[in-house]
Amino acid sequence: MARFIVRRTLSAIALIIAVSIVVFGIFEIIPSYNPARAIAGRAASQTTVNEVARKFGFNRSLPVQYATTMKLIFTGQVIDYQYDLNVVDQFRQRFGATLSLVIPAGILWLLASIVLGSISALRVGRVIDRALMIFAIVGVSIPIFLLAAVLLYLLAFKTNVFPNTGYVGISDPIQWAYHLVLPWFCIAVLSVGFYSRVLRSNLLDMVNQDFVRTARAKGLPPRQVFTRHVLRNSLMPIITMFGLDFATLLGGAALVTEAVFNIPGVGQYEAQAIGNLDVPPILVGAMFTGFFVVLFGAFADIMYALLDPRIRLTG
Amino acid sequence: MAAERLLEVEELKVSFVTEDGIVYAVDGVSFTLDRGEVVAIVGESGSGKSVTVMTLMGLTRGPNSRFEGSARLRDRDLITASEAELRRIRGKEIAMIFQDPISSLSPVHRIGDQIVEQIRAHEDISKAAAFDRAVELMERVGIPRARDRARAFPHEFSGGMRQRAMIAMALSLSPSVLIADEPTTALDVTIQAQILEEVKQLRQDSESGVIFVTHDLGVVADIADRVIVMYAGRVVEQGTLDEIFYDPQHPYTWGLLGSVTRMDRDPPRRLPAIPGQPPSLVHPPQGCHFRPRCPHEFEHCAEVPPLEARVPEAPDHLDRCWLEVADKRARREVEGRIGLGTGSVVA
Repeated sequence: MARFIVRRTLSAIALIIAVSIVVFGIFEIIPSYNPARAIAGRAASQTTVNEVARKFGFNRSLPVQYATTMKLIFTGQVIDYQYDLNVVDQFRQRFGATLSLVIPAGILWLLASIVLGSISALRVGRVIDRALMIFAIVGVSIPIFLLAAVLLYLLAFKTNVFPNTGYVGISDPIQWAYHLVLPWFCIAVLSVGFYSRVLRSNLLDMVNQDFVRTARAKGLPPRQVFTRHVLRNSLMPIITMFGLDFATLLGGAALVTEAVFNIPGVGQYEAQAIGNLDVPPILVGAMFTGFFVVLFGAFADIMYALLDPRIRLTG
Repeated sequence: MAAERLLEVEELKVSFVTEDGIVYAVDGVSFTLDRGEVVAIVGESGSGKSVTVMTLMGLTRGPNSRFEGSARLRDRDLITASEAELRRIRGKEIAMIFQDPISSLSPVHRIGDQIVEQIRAHEDISKAAAFDRAVELMERVGIPRARDRARAFPHEFSGGMRQRAMIAMALSLSPSVLIADEPTTALDVTIQAQILEEVKQLRQDSESGVIFVTHDLGVVADIADRVIVMYAGRVVEQGTLDEIFYDPQHPYTWGLLGSVTRMDRDPPRRLPAIPGQPPSLVHPPQGCHFRPRCPHEFEHCAEVPPLEARVPEAPDHLDRCWLEVADKRARREVEGRIGLGTGSVVA
């Protein structure tokens, strides 16, 4: 276990450095990218722009610029070029909203996928299976902003069942949940479609396994055969997928949902930064996501080892 | 003197509806099993032997399965029994040991817990008590340090130990019928011999009846009291071990016996095999199913021969072949031993 933690920590550091270099490099090859002009403002004279470039070090060599930026990030002093805000503070303040959005959505989509995937597998070929298949295809193919917009139009604008966007902190749990129901649903729909289909096909493979036949031959009740033997052995691929998807959402991949529902999370901040070609928040966002990807990759591996005794944690 | 009859299968037919047509996997199988006896069902892959025994446990039920005939366990018909009734019979009155113990045990549950699960499916006892019984059972089938080993997972067991664990599981509720579906096929020969000893011991101790499905005639000779030979979904011959091995009546049985190497004879230059392949069970041949591969085929074979006693001195030795007994005895002689022959009688 100690070996596992050490190796995963090292790989996290390596990944975060690699991601930061790639993201930093990308901006150098964007043709119109000129951070000094962005900071100085549209109307600024060339002299001012040059002055800004010198002050921020944009005229130094690329490795030096990279080293300077990284030093600012790790000392928590980095500011964005657009609003002059401390980027690390922004992430810290906004992370609560993202957690509020992503954690319940993750639980919702995982449970719904297991229930719906199981129903499909148990009723394979029947009407309910086909209906869920259509739901899954629609869920996977509908763009999240469209779904969000339609839901808002119908349930917030036309009928006032739900509030029309906005975010309330968790200190008022009822309002908090009330404002987040639609966003949770939007995020979950996309994943449920995909996850429930994957689970369904795993379950159908598993039903024909010899040990499931043994379980039936032992005289176990059908429900016990299904939950203890079939379902238990079918969850592995779902867990891998969940680890990665959940990590990217925490890192800001819920940005569309955050934007449509006006939730002040890290995704919304990153979306603004991308629009402004504002390097520091994008860089921090990418590193932030990389950190979660490694963390939840490790989490998925630990879950694997718990679910399947044949797997050992080796790093 | 007659032992208690446990199982009586009559004209059992099992077919499956598939995309290619209806597969007649079992086509009129009848046999009985008494307390304390070992009945071997032999036949090549696809002969319907596994489907027959799985049907006894209701494991072939499904939306595409069709059943006819009956299979009575004492006075209950297993074919028409409800799923709930069957569930009480499975594992408790009829238990099954499968071919491949690594795939037949759940990879994610401890061996002991898998036995406990079966005990608790039928008896209302505590987990701890069931676990103690699981440990006892594992000791009984010769698993050393059973209390520790009960906490291990299947992948931590060797092949032979896994099969012992399967046997312990099957024995956990002292079933009256034990079905072993090729239990030694996946094991190497030394382990195979140990497992066979285990099964023999078991018959003596528990007085259950054993149905032993195999394609290995060496195993049959070692363990069986009676033998049922199946071919393409039908029983082609059945009788006592001696009747089948020393006076086989059906050419398919001759072919099976002829394709076994024997340690006590000079090895043949080439191991004889039965030419051809088993027929498609979607479009089985008219009449005798073995006809297309049989060198002794004649006009009469287009009509299905009934399974009946044809040897005057052995009323329980049944077979499905139209040939005269004396003719058969001449035809099956190949180089001083029993074989499929060539169709011509060597005088």
